[in-house]
Amino acid sequence: MTRTDWSEMQPLLVQACGDTLYMVGWSTLIAVAGGLPLGILLVLTDRGGLLRNVVANKVIGQIVNIARSMPFIILMVALMTFTRWITGTTIGREAAIVPLAIGAIPFFARLVEAAVREVDGGLVEAVQSMGGNTWTVVRKVLVPESLPSLIAGTTTTIVALIGYSAMAGTVGAGGLGDIAIRYGYQRFETELMWITVAILAVVISVMQFAGDYAARSLHRRGGRSGPAPRLRLLKAKEPAPADVRKAA
Amino acid sequence: MITTTGLTKVYRSRGREVTALDGVDLHVREGEVYGVIGQSGAGKSSLIRCVNLLERPTAGTVTVAGQDLTALAGRGPRAGRELRRARSRIGMVFQHFNLLSSRTVQDNVELPLEILGQPGRERSRTALELLDLVGLSDKAKAYPAQLSGGQKQRVGIARALAGDPEVLLSDEATSALDPETTRSILQLLRDLNRQLGLTVLLITHEMDVVKSVCDSAALMENGRIVESGTVSELLATQGSELAAALFPVGGEASGDDRTVVDVTFHGEAATQPVISQLSRIYTIDISILGAAIDTVGGHQVGRMRIELPGRYEDNVVPIGFLRERGLQIDVVGTPDREPVPAKEGAK
Repeated sequence: MTRTDWSEMQPLLVQACGDTLYMVGWSTLIAVAGGLPLGILLVLTDRGGLLRNVVANKVIGQIVNIARSMPFIILMVALMTFTRWITGTTIGREAAIVPLAIGAIPFFARLVEAAVREVDGGLVEAVQSMGGNTWTVVRKVLVPESLPSLIAGTTTTIVALIGYSAMAGTVGAGGLGDIAIRYGYQRFETELMWITVAILAVVISVMQFAGDYAARSLHRRGGRSGPAPRLRLLKAKEPAPADVRKAA
Repeated sequence: MITTTGLTKVYRSRGREVTALDGVDLHVREGEVYGVIGQSGAGKSSLIRCVNLLERPTAGTVTVAGQDLTALAGRGPRAGRELRRARSRIGMVFQHFNLLSSRTVQDNVELPLEILGQPGRERSRTALELLDLVGLSDKAKAYPAQLSGGQKQRVGIARALAGDPEVLLSDEATSALDPETTRSILQLLRDLNRQLGLTVLLITHEMDVVKSVCDSAALMENGRIVESGTVSELLATQGSELAAALFPVGGEASGDDRTVVDVTFHGEAATQPVISQLSRIYTIDISILGAAIDTVGGHQVGRMRIELPGRYEDNVVPIGFLRERGLQIDVVGTPDREPVPAKEGAK
């Protein structure tokens, strides 16, 4: 096994971490900006929605489904022309943001759709009975009431994007996935590969924890609407094993 | 204040048609508490939701405070500006409260004012006043999840009043509450009705609700209103189902050759010793099967179920005597022999 020099590795890893966060950060922002309205539209245009429109609903739903089912690596290649048109290049971290964001928009849109559907229809009715229009319903009810779920969905999107960003490394976008492949796989520097794995694990855990915490603290004051976040679900299940023990 | 004419609502799903409302004519006078009672599926919910057009009626018109809402609605499924403005003057209270869990109590009450575009300071002043009115001024900063059911409904009522409505619609507002809380919420509705001159239309499946707060009531069955009128009109109506339900007396006939009669006293008749007169004049033995005195819609009413010896044919004269005295007589279990007069008084 090749011995790896820490002083050589360090700047490499710092650069890679920065690249990953840069790509994930921007693509998350774009995914949220695009996926949030798309997800809300999916709910509003559905049967029984405020803007019910079967055709629009089917079209949006189909686009989202196709984009969702596309393997990311193929999407990346397929979007190369589009990427070049936007960023002027197909190589590098800026170029990777384009397919990452476009891949994540439908993903996030579906999560938004699920979160917004959880909002009690009675609340929508209440705002309508006060004379609110559709935009009021979106602004005052759908988004704030589903906020804990939306944050949980954003966390899931970030974690998925970290995974995708590793694939983006294969087209020269840099980042932690790129290090793991170039050094760990192609140069047999196993140690370096494990370090990147560890860093990725830490980054993902931190993101997940922060997301859960934010969702939970918002949810704590909330009442019925919105699904209970993960940790509360675990707590709710706790009594079950105790009962089993008692029975045994 | 609220008038519906020929209100019809037909739901179509997958080729099937369900008629929820079948030509409902409702007339709610200004300043009264009007209760619509019926079992689930009778169409009460569709009715109240048609009043502010949350549900578009298939046919018929709805007029609230002199404004024809059905004319404002337009064709599309979305509510236009004028309909939204009209809705903001109709408060609505819901069975499941429908408070926003992400907002504090005060912010929930401010929501209708935000929609009306009032400035912040005015909003919070109004909200605090209303919370004071419903007895929750100490809970302004709490979240709905921290409140009990009754408190949540008080917030719901404060919110419904925020737009300074003339009409309050109550959609089973007490159905999710325990009896004690139900009483206090009904009391609150009654007080608001008196203090603010608010017209209240409430729907419920609980007879007690009608009994304790309503000036008028209507009974709904299969999308139609089968009886309606002020509570005293209903009580004065022969064979009124609502009156019997509002004021039940129990007891079965002890034999085949007996006649069971329900006697309802209200007004002056209640003070006369008619039963003992009846017994003395016709020298018959009367057994009392059940009796109650209660207050319905603010009026004292007595009802008694008595048993006379002999069949109905043998008792035509004593029953006629009771009728002469201004009592209301319903002969139990002889609908074919006792022609029920048309319910003119109730319509």
